[in-house]
Amino acid sequence: MAPHLSESLVELRNLTFGYAERVILDNVSLSVPRGKVTALMGASGGGKTTILRLIGGQNRAQSGELLFDGQDVTPMAQKELYAARRRMGMLFQFGALFADLSVFDNVAFPLREHTGLSEALVRDIVLMKLNAVGLRGAAQLMPSEVSGGMARRIALARAVALDPELVMYDEPFSGLDPISLAIAARLIRELNDSMGLTSIFVSHELTETFAIADHIIILANGKVATQGTAEEVKRSSDPLVYQYVNALPDGPVRFHYPGPSVQEDFGREQAA
Amino acid sequence: MSWYKPADVGLAVRRQLADMGLGARLLLRLLLTSGPTFRRFSLVRDQIHFLGNYSLVIIAVSGLFVGLVFGLQGYYTLQRYGSSEALGLLVTLSLVRELGPVVTALLFAGRAGTSLTAEIGLMKAGEQISVMEMMAVDPIQRVLAPRFWAGVIAMPLLAAVFSSMGVIGGWLVGVVMIGVDSGSFWSQIQGGVDVWQDVGNGIIKSVVFGVAVTFIALLQGYEAQATPEGVAAATTRTVVLASLTVLGLDFILTALMFVI
Repeated sequence: MAPHLSESLVELRNLTFGYAERVILDNVSLSVPRGKVTALMGASGGGKTTILRLIGGQNRAQSGELLFDGQDVTPMAQKELYAARRRMGMLFQFGALFADLSVFDNVAFPLREHTGLSEALVRDIVLMKLNAVGLRGAAQLMPSEVSGGMARRIALARAVALDPELVMYDEPFSGLDPISLAIAARLIRELNDSMGLTSIFVSHELTETFAIADHIIILANGKVATQGTAEEVKRSSDPLVYQYVNALPDGPVRFHYPGPSVQEDFGREQAA
Repeated sequence: MSWYKPADVGLAVRRQLADMGLGARLLLRLLLTSGPTFRRFSLVRDQIHFLGNYSLVIIAVSGLFVGLVFGLQGYYTLQRYGSSEALGLLVTLSLVRELGPVVTALLFAGRAGTSLTAEIGLMKAGEQISVMEMMAVDPIQRVLAPRFWAGVIAMPLLAAVFSSMGVIGGWLVGVVMIGVDSGSFWSQIQGGVDVWQDVGNGIIKSVVFGVAVTFIALLQGYEAQATPEGVAAATTRTVVLASLTVLGLDFILTALMFVI
């Protein structure tokens, strides 16, 4: 059916994106291998979340191509874009559950919007998806009654409700306690393998990320600093990557924000 | 002191135009997506319940008190000319033609409009609008359009409740308390109120106000900055803009209705 079942599900080719005064992604080319778990890492404000939004067509690149399964997302009109988005699931940083719907109805939402399935079937699918994230028992709770980690797992069940090909996670680990973090990491890996997904996640957690990701891409200054397996990335000779993967406070990314020199600010010349 | 600099004036004008363009586009998309919205009428029905039912108490009580006060004030003036039997007609015409639609719209903006703006704004702040877009569900069609039509449908109904309660208030003061003749009170209303000229124009007004108030509330929520401060500011803007728009539109509509 698919005319070109290439190695990568998502591919960025010479992609540039920025706002009026600031370039976020500068001529970036990268690819996300099909069926694998890919991690996007890099300093805050480095354009990781922007890449997810570009893949989903919520932001449009100024130049270059962004191929999702061989089709360029950038010039798509709403109808085509919605067709492409149906094949993607996205997990937002804080879950973004619909506050006025129960956990069950949240997961049922995409099914009810996009399929004409009977309520009995919807119920079975929803409970299956909730079971996969370990929260079948929480189906009747309201979003206000669940913890942050649970909210994200529910949102994950909702994101995979329609069996997408690609799942994107925006900082799935931020602000989680160690147990929830381990659960989240295991879920990303297990869902990817059991459902035959392609996963992309944005993360700052070095240990968890290196443990579960097949492919790691580190962005810096709007470009890809390095990419490869965990071992390859750790061995990278790039000083910036070295600073990042070893979590050093000072390096190419300075500890001090650029400003006048210490002498100037503290007026040593005048004292002398 | 630089507000009169040509560049600043130009920027302000361009911003205003851009805002108007955004508003016009949203209204157009709301109208274009109405077909699917009406096919899933349960969504609209739930919102009519939410917007209409929950506004019912404030509308009914306000209507009653406006009628009570109107009964007293109207009697005070009319009895000077020995025509206190016309009290029913005075109260009814004022309510049906003017006060019913206008005061209902102002109260609706305060009660339902603010809750709409806050709801949409908070959905935006919580990324619920984005998540819906990512699920390939159009938030304008799924979230905004049902609320829009619910507001448009609820407004004339609420205005009718307001006016009815007002007439009852006028009757309580005029007939029950002061002792105006009950027969002439009601027969003057029957004879003097025209279905098309008076009631019809009142309904047209409240439908127009329904469109205006609900649309302003939705636009402010949808364009709100996705922060707590942004939502608070948007809620305030809804009340101010909707109230001024209702009063402005009311004058235009009344003037047109006198001419036609």
